[in-house]
Amino acid sequence: MRTKLHTVADLEAQRALCVKAGAQAKPCLSVCTGSGCSASGAHDVIEGLRKALERAGLRDAVDIKSTGCHGFCEKGPLTLVWPEGVFYNRVAARDAKDIVASLSNGRRPVERLLYQDPATGARILREEEVPFYARQQRVLFGNNGKIDPKSIEDYLGVGGYAALARVLTELAPEQVVDWVQRSGLRGRGGAGFPTGKKWDVMRQQPATPKYIICNADEGDPGAFMDRSLLEGNPHSVLEGMLIGAYALGAREGYIYVRAEYPLAVEHLRAALAQAEECGLLGENILGSSLNFRIHLVQGAGAFVCGEETALIASLEGRVGEPQPRPPYPVQKGLWGKPTVINNVKTWASVPVIVNRGPEWYAAIGTEGSKGTMVFSLVGKINNTGLVEVPMGITLREMIYDIGGGIPNGKKLKAVQIGGPSGGCIPASLIDLPIDYEALTQAGSMMGSGGMVVMDESTCMVDVARYFMEFLEEESCGKCFPCREGTQRLRELLTRISQGKGTEDDLRLLDDLSWVVRETSLCGLGQTAPNPVLTTLRYFRDEYLAHVRERRCPAKVCKELITYSIEPTLCDGCHACVRVCTTEAILGEKDAVHSIDSTKCIKCGACLEVCQPKAVLVT
Amino acid sequence: MSTTTEVEALLGRRAPRAEELIAVLQEIQEQFHYLPEEALRTVSRRLRLPLTQVFHVATFYNCFSLEPVGEHLVQVCLGTACHVRGAGRVLDRLLRDLKLGEPGTTPDFTFTVRTLRCVGCCALAPVVRVDANTHPHLTQAKVPGLLKKYRPKDKEQPQAAD
Amino acid sequence: MPKLTINGIELEVERGTSVLEAARFLGIPIPTLCHDDGLTPYGACRLCVVEVGTPPRSKLQTACTLSADDGLVVNTHTARVERARQLLLELYVATSPQSKTIQDLAARYGVAGVRLVPKFEDCIQCGKCVRICREQMMAGAIGFAYRGPRRKVMSPFSWQSEVCRHCGACLYICPVCELRCHGAQAETTLCSGCLNFAPACLDYHDHAMCFLDPCVACELAGPLRQDLVWPVQKSAESSTKGERT
Repeated sequence: MRTKLHTVADLEAQRALCVKAGAQAKPCLSVCTGSGCSASGAHDVIEGLRKALERAGLRDAVDIKSTGCHGFCEKGPLTLVWPEGVFYNRVAARDAKDIVASLSNGRRPVERLLYQDPATGARILREEEVPFYARQQRVLFGNNGKIDPKSIEDYLGVGGYAALARVLTELAPEQVVDWVQRSGLRGRGGAGFPTGKKWDVMRQQPATPKYIICNADEGDPGAFMDRSLLEGNPHSVLEGMLIGAYALGAREGYIYVRAEYPLAVEHLRAALAQAEECGLLGENILGSSLNFRIHLVQGAGAFVCGEETALIASLEGRVGEPQPRPPYPVQKGLWGKPTVINNVKTWASVPVIVNRGPEWYAAIGTEGSKGTMVFSLVGKINNTGLVEVPMGITLREMIYDIGGGIPNGKKLKAVQIGGPSGGCIPASLIDLPIDYEALTQAGSMMGSGGMVVMDESTCMVDVARYFMEFLEEESCGKCFPCREGTQRLRELLTRISQGKGTEDDLRLLDDLSWVVRETSLCGLGQTAPNPVLTTLRYFRDEYLAHVRERRCPAKVCKELITYSIEPTLCDGCHACVRVCTTEAILGEKDAVHSIDSTKCIKCGACLEVCQPKAVLVT
Repeated sequence: MSTTTEVEALLGRRAPRAEELIAVLQEIQEQFHYLPEEALRTVSRRLRLPLTQVFHVATFYNCFSLEPVGEHLVQVCLGTACHVRGAGRVLDRLLRDLKLGEPGTTPDFTFTVRTLRCVGCCALAPVVRVDANTHPHLTQAKVPGLLKKYRPKDKEQPQAAD
Repeated sequence: MPKLTINGIELEVERGTSVLEAARFLGIPIPTLCHDDGLTPYGACRLCVVEVGTPPRSKLQTACTLSADDGLVVNTHTARVERARQLLLELYVATSPQSKTIQDLAARYGVAGVRLVPKFEDCIQCGKCVRICREQMMAGAIGFAYRGPRRKVMSPFSWQSEVCRHCGACLYICPVCELRCHGAQAETTLCSGCLNFAPACLDYHDHAMCFLDPCVACELAGPLRQDLVWPVQKSAESSTKGERT
């Protein structure tokens, strides 16, 4: 049973206990158990460590903590050794013995598990020295590696709920809104609308009751920032919502989280239960007049429900079909009442702004884009993972200094930013600073932070087709231009990728894209043509190659490529025949093999296993 | 217990309000592994919602299925990161091995293959989720092994090229 | 009472009036497909878009769902609006070329040709049938189902609905399946014969022989309007068919 905290004094007293407990803590092995590392075997690592500690008689002397996502998913499972902060990557259960042994051996770290700099070969000891982390400014994610997300005590120990206490005792609601405005915080869900302005409009609405909602329906494929924050530090979001409730006069709040994130749901449930137990949610919070409850609602699988009016419809038990705006949710939202909807990262930024002050926050970033931004850096990049950087950092720094460059010696081709609503930035614009205005001018969009890196083996026509397929399926289907337009765009792109397109088709792509963007009812339709428009703008030569020469320069589009075996390189190892599911490869063992192109479905399996690289794609 | 009785019991545990519709359907989906017609009619009656509205909600969202699903739900992530790393080929191989023309349920109801967009494990692309287990770094070659793990022992089938 | 400006004309309206209603009051024609005065506005066909605000910060919004608020500046016939209408109608004709309503609209708004393969769909999902069934007939027997490309109008589970009273209101109000074009080459030609009321029969009779459906005389006269024929149909066959001797 946790003690109920009736006043701010109670909170501080409890915090002091947690800090003390933390300071006296035994040495600790914290293992990342975010969704990524869990899928890579983090739980086996924990089991292994437990057993090894048991055998070494250190069960009571050393703690094992499971934490949320550290962000460097490429190198998971990750384990940190405290108090030194030694950073181990690619840990497996069988490494447990050595890790435990290192705790006693004069505490010399296990070399092979340390991060190795790919350029210098040097082994790096601590997390913050690893280049991937060194250049980040982990304002929101910094605590992920230190706390057990299922422990409110850990959150208190790192200063949690201090912002709430400060707001309740020192600031009037209008002041809180003023601080958020002065910080320059912009909505991190994608559109980048100034949060303070939204809150200000809400405050002026006369109707009651008022609601606040946390949009945790992170639907952009390739984005998992919200997932990691919800899994790793759910209380930071709750604290932000509490401050928002106070500032905006809301008594009820909702967190709408995707059904595809079961771990996030679990951790949120636990966090909510603990907050309620301690009296941080409910009536007369910390002795103030603030009454606030949060309901957790799961999505049912629809990308369009990330759109705020569709989300509201879904909360009301209806289909996720967006409503025309105006009126905006701040005027008429949930149940027709004033509602503020903000993204997970936006809510988590609020306690930071209160703790450090709006000026501190506004000092980070660029003129128009303040603070830090969290990106999921994925795709053809060496260091995939979550990256939190100040706004204004260049793409070059992101890709090469933090991301470690492109694997297998390939060349950078494009970066898709902002998910399906965003656009592709070509490699030629690599010195572009990452901020809202610069990206919009380049034809893309910040979006919620998805950043997919593509190399020379990616076909941009195929990318446009892929995104159009996604948007066509996820469109709610209510309005004509989006429903028909995305279908027609996808059909056109498919024909072009099959070599059946003409140059007139390119003009048609332009016109269709224009009308879908201009006349669609909601943001999904209005931004749906972006992948087509940006690839046409920056990679027109690829489209022309497809329509004029029936050639796919990246050698991806199946109808335009042929698989063959170079006789001079083939060593007859027969590996390809074993993986070919359509019996398209002919040849006896130890003799030169060949591919029957009438049976070849270009699945690429033979390419994957051919050691002498005799399989050619032309 | 008939479907209706079970559903009535389920509804009895919740307030009979319109906004509970999606949550109720989620519970029914979890319990029955699909949304039986009878269940939807019961929900329509009890929550006093037009059947057309219940039907639209039941067919709108990806999580709901009007048809029974197989024993194992195999979900191939086709998110951007996974796509760029070849998830399409993994899906093709999966469909070929299970002799399915498109994502659906095998005739013996062992597997239901679906695509989904992004489970949020992009660093481990390509990712396939089977039931509650997430399998990272899939390749075409790993598909037979994956299926073997979940196939019931008495239904061992000769594999296509392994 | 809110005061707004439409095409430079200042107008005061009752609160709750839509921009579409305000424009019609001024006699300004705005095309619609999913709108009906007896049904709640739906905003799905997007044909009634008008330009709201002053460039460069103006947006296209549907007039039927937009409330005529104080200070609103609306323009109904800008180049941007016209282009939107033409492209939308091109898409509509490609979706359901057999619909007379859509053909007439396309001809009136200057759609020169259709570059997409026709799909011959019987439904454009304007929602009029669903709304009339629910709002006017108080039955709610049919509704939308599924999402995106699979979305359609149906009765749940495809069974004949128990609440359907066979009133026929859905058939009556449908702009696609109800009014099929009876002109020659209806599926490939935008002849606008029905809009240009110069029926050939007036050469022989004192007054026209039809008011709604073109009779055979107009069917024959239709293909002569070569300027409105799809480029793909400029074959020898069609040019000789309607020739008078």
